[in-house]
Amino acid sequence: MPADASAEASHSLNSNLKASKEELLKYYRDMLLIRRFEEKAGQLYGMGHIGGFCHLYIGQEAVVVGVEAVKRKGDQVITGYRDHGHMLACGMDPKGVMAELTGREGGYSKGKGGSMHMFSKEEEFYGGHGIVGAQVPLGVGLAFANRYREEKKVSFTYFGDGASNQGQIFEAMNMAQLWKLPAVFVIENNQYAMGTSVTRSHSETHLYRRGASFGIPGVEVDGMDVLAVREAARDAVEHARSGEGPFILEMKTYRYRGHSMSDPAKYRSREEVDEVRAHNDPIKRCEQRIIDADFADATALKTIDKEIKEIVLKSADFAMKSPEPALAELYTDVVI
Amino acid sequence: MARMTMIEAIRDAMDVVMSVNENVVVFGEDVGYFGGVFRCTQSLQEKHGKHRCFDAPINESGIVGTAIGMAVNGLRPCVEIQFADYMYPAYDQISQEASRIRYRSNGEFTVPMTVRMPTGGGIFGGQTHSQSPEALFTHICGIKTVVPSNPYDAKGLLIAAIEDDDPVIFLEPKRLYNGPFDGHHDRPIIPWSKHPLGETPDGHYTVPLGKAVIRRVGQDVTVLAYGTMVHVAEAATEETGVDAEIIDLRTLAPLDLDTIEESVRKTGRCVVVHEATRTSGYGAELSAIVQENCFYALEAPVTRVTGWDTPYPHAQEWAYFPGPARVGAALKRVMEAS
Repeated sequence: MPADASAEASHSLNSNLKASKEELLKYYRDMLLIRRFEEKAGQLYGMGHIGGFCHLYIGQEAVVVGVEAVKRKGDQVITGYRDHGHMLACGMDPKGVMAELTGREGGYSKGKGGSMHMFSKEEEFYGGHGIVGAQVPLGVGLAFANRYREEKKVSFTYFGDGASNQGQIFEAMNMAQLWKLPAVFVIENNQYAMGTSVTRSHSETHLYRRGASFGIPGVEVDGMDVLAVREAARDAVEHARSGEGPFILEMKTYRYRGHSMSDPAKYRSREEVDEVRAHNDPIKRCEQRIIDADFADATALKTIDKEIKEIVLKSADFAMKSPEPALAELYTDVVI
Repeated sequence: MARMTMIEAIRDAMDVVMSVNENVVVFGEDVGYFGGVFRCTQSLQEKHGKHRCFDAPINESGIVGTAIGMAVNGLRPCVEIQFADYMYPAYDQISQEASRIRYRSNGEFTVPMTVRMPTGGGIFGGQTHSQSPEALFTHICGIKTVVPSNPYDAKGLLIAAIEDDDPVIFLEPKRLYNGPFDGHHDRPIIPWSKHPLGETPDGHYTVPLGKAVIRRVGQDVTVLAYGTMVHVAEAATEETGVDAEIIDLRTLAPLDLDTIEESVRKTGRCVVVHEATRTSGYGAELSAIVQENCFYALEAPVTRVTGWDTPYPHAQEWAYFPGPARVGAALKRVMEAS
């Protein structure tokens, strides 16, 4: 693929994209789990059960679910602070994630990490990082270790449009290409870095070109279509796994909620958000594909939703009942 | 057993660990082909291969960040920041990623990474090649900070650092690379080959992290020092005739409180010495700790001898440097206090 693949080459709404019944229903279910989980997290936050910062992934579900579809066992994921979706997509237990949000002992970090800081060795999830862009060099390091051991593993490093302006992103990209590391950079371009739109902060708004000066190929992807994401990710991961070096995927996506829970959203119009929700929602679009292919009817999809809601309720219940960490935990897992 | 300079001892430490542990990789700016600006990694690429000892672009944040990623994924990177003064772009990675991943991953992930950096002045480096930023590291919980004062310790401590499961900042006083500098800049250089601690065992050994050592036993005043200042304190003691007990801290964090307390309880007096600027320097922490733990044993106020609160000047390097005269004056002052 050329280093500067044009936007036209990206995967648009495309009826040529096909998936089996099992695949589509799995993606639907996984996206719905994230959606319902985040809605519940928002509720718990509103009720005062989650404190501090909480960045919801609603609207962006197709990105992680589509990428996850091409991940192999052993591939690693690392991301920033909007991380709940990534954790659920890679198979972490919703109970442990929700209990981390409520700051309880049953959370992945025993409540000491919070919304932005969770890890799972078992699922090869390397966090949850609260400093914008700081995870990107780490993702390159993960890839380096894979290559050093001659394992065919790939690291997936997610970051946002805002993070894509951080200096260390470019340092990381240069090293990844210089050493031809098996790294896939997934830029989740939800179009707003907190309250600053891409056009107000990026001199070059095509973020798939961020690696152009290093010769890293990149493509723009319809990040609201899970199948478009999957196909683009398949190309990217093939490139990285085969020893060709890193690849950049710019996922054009959208977050419905505020940057965090305290966001007056004055930087965009209500109509803009409603328009996306109505016509470009990743779950609705997946649902449409399912219905069109006659893989399930509305009743069957409702049943799935019911099951998902049950899982989420149980996670919330667990997160509320799990005790707070003992005071002695303050001084565990730290060098002093 | 061989007589080594501190540079050779540091190189030998990396060589030894690379030979026994294939997960150890060494990289940084000019570290591979060139062998490091101070030659600390010379020949390592030739011996261990380009995949294990290699050059990185000039991007300190990227170097440390990438090393952290390697470390959480099973490797033991030992990276070089060319001068401690260059570490600031990497401070974000050190303070917010390396030091905290153990805590926020509930102990699932640790960061076995060593960051080596030459520190301190004495080579006319001016304000951007002479700094001693140790207090910026000791202020961070979750990392260890080490400052060796001689080749024997440098090798043993560096091996211990690379084999440690947590991040270690390894500050190498560059004025000590070639000899035990005691602050008398106008006298001929004494090489490590004439100093007993230039005697460095072959092969693998460690000097434990977190353990100080008493360099000189004395009865009247405890001197807390590390790096170059250990040798300066020795010279000051000899020149003043004050019977000082000189403690070489070796590891600043975690600190060997027992050795400090025992000594201060015996002598009743304490002088803290460092080359870094004074305000909020590591000496402030040491003074506070001694005061909190040994107050009723003290016969004089704890006294600090440090660099001035100025940038490291080029022309007036030796006016800045807290040499034997300033340390000696402090020793006399605390002896006269009652």
